[in-house]
Amino acid sequence: MSNPTTPSGGAKGPSPVAMIALLLFLLAAVADQTLFSEPYFARKYVDLKSNERIQARHTGADGESRTAWLEPTDQKIVSGEWKPVEGVDPVKWTTRPAVTEKEYEAVQAELAANPGTAPTRTLEASPIDTLGVWVAAFLTLAIFSFLWRDNPVYKVAESLLVGVSAGYWMVNGFWTALVPKLIAPLAPGFTQSNLLPDLQASSTPGLDFALALVPLTLGFLLLWRLAPRGGWISVWPLAFIIGTTAGLKVISSVEADLLPQSLEAMKPLVVFSPQADDAAKLGFDFWMSLSSLVGVVGVLSVLVYFFFSVEHKGAVGKTARVGIWFLMITFGSAFGLTVMGRITLLSQRFEFLFTDWLRIG
Amino acid sequence: MFKRGIPIAILSLTGTLLVAAHFSPMTQSWGEVVLNWFSVVAAITAILGAGNLLLVNLEKISSRRPGWAYSAITIAAFAAMLVFGFLKIGAVPNPQNPTVYFAGDYETRESAYGWMYEYVMSPLTATMFALLAFYVASAAFRAFRAKNIEANILLVTAFIILLARTYAAELLTGWVPKDSAFFFVRLDAMSTGVIEHVATAGMRAITIGIALGALATSLRFMLGIDKSYLPRS
Repeated sequence: MSNPTTPSGGAKGPSPVAMIALLLFLLAAVADQTLFSEPYFARKYVDLKSNERIQARHTGADGESRTAWLEPTDQKIVSGEWKPVEGVDPVKWTTRPAVTEKEYEAVQAELAANPGTAPTRTLEASPIDTLGVWVAAFLTLAIFSFLWRDNPVYKVAESLLVGVSAGYWMVNGFWTALVPKLIAPLAPGFTQSNLLPDLQASSTPGLDFALALVPLTLGFLLLWRLAPRGGWISVWPLAFIIGTTAGLKVISSVEADLLPQSLEAMKPLVVFSPQADDAAKLGFDFWMSLSSLVGVVGVLSVLVYFFFSVEHKGAVGKTARVGIWFLMITFGSAFGLTVMGRITLLSQRFEFLFTDWLRIG
Repeated sequence: MFKRGIPIAILSLTGTLLVAAHFSPMTQSWGEVVLNWFSVVAAITAILGAGNLLLVNLEKISSRRPGWAYSAITIAAFAAMLVFGFLKIGAVPNPQNPTVYFAGDYETRESAYGWMYEYVMSPLTATMFALLAFYVASAAFRAFRAKNIEANILLVTAFIILLARTYAAELLTGWVPKDSAFFFVRLDAMSTGVIEHVATAGMRAITIGIALGALATSLRFMLGIDKSYLPRS
């Protein structure tokens, strides 16, 4: 493979003028398609949905007052059970779930057929989503460019993927693990008023606080690995991680894999099934019996092959040989299915390029 | 003591506690506490990973090593995701608490983070995996040689599985009636038969082997027999 060209250090990199010209051309094309042209290339449509919440208060029979944010059309407000709180402005926002072009055209046709009627749905072209399709198409082509050879466009896409993935998982870990399981017990008041309003007040806040200090300390010790000295201390949280994984694996490997698979392998070798002409009568089922036989022989022979404490000679060697054949069939089918899975993904990417982006077909 | 004894004790205690939590209702809540700690520590490992990513790429940029511009793109993309995700830019409010800004869902398609996922990360990941279709096939073409019975079995099986999922299968053997005595010569029937009966047996034995291996390895760690995770000095 040829040496990669780099925009910073490589001698064969494209000239900056060409790159800027290409970028300007792409931006102009996107702007043209997004803002000015008739729908030709990519255009995404969204359904604008307005949301509104008003703060309402309810006073129970015990005199206790509760407030909640409800829709103005909520039955509780309509019935007068809950009263809107005076002086609190309603909160409004818009969501925009994606719709297909066919849905958009159907609504437009409905409007054209019934002029003057109020539309049931507000569907419109979304510039930001259209831009997204262009970005996705460019990145898809950038990755495919690796088929030609390693090149700067591919490297840009690859670097983007690394950065975006790292950020994605870090943000995900922060909001799904750190906030509810670490920050919430350490600062319940702050968390409830700023981050998680649905957080239930704990009956043992002191204990929760103390317990939350343990993973905080372990995490701190883990990060100590980046310090110039004393990095060995990170083996403590590492031991905790391995211990937890080992404890979970002891149970899950037996409960989810070993026992169910062993049970499935223990089948009757001679199977009798209801006969086609008379369901009350049981007859010998050749194919099911063969299937059971193949299953039992396959499992036992492969396990014999995996058993390395005995030398694979004589009967053991012959059985292990049969096990290898079964393994080869398993690997062959796994390979075939993997290739087909990748080809399915490939066809989905082509479908995106041709249908969503170029609107061909 | 600090470098070996305490880590071994932490590992054994944690593992034993989780096993005990499965069997004893009295220790079940302890197990839940340990699992909560685990998810926090796992999230912090992401910070460690991010720190490493920053260190490596910043070092590359500062020393102007070849390809430093790609490192700058990586860091810019990483920083953008953090800003979009942590600040929940563009996120729709939480309907139950619309005035609490950070209660909104950061993953919806209206948010900048959701946009980046839908139009940057998702197509990049899918195309990267799709690209493997070419390389798996070409690597297989170069590596597989039908030298002996085992290699032949693997090749024939793969060929049947692949062919059965194309229109060629219908063309070649689609004329054999499904209810005839020779239905098994149909490529789709062969493929189903191989996957459901033969490959399942092989995969079952592999799963049993993996389970036994995982069980033994876990116990070796918990009992302090395997200490490969400890520093050598």
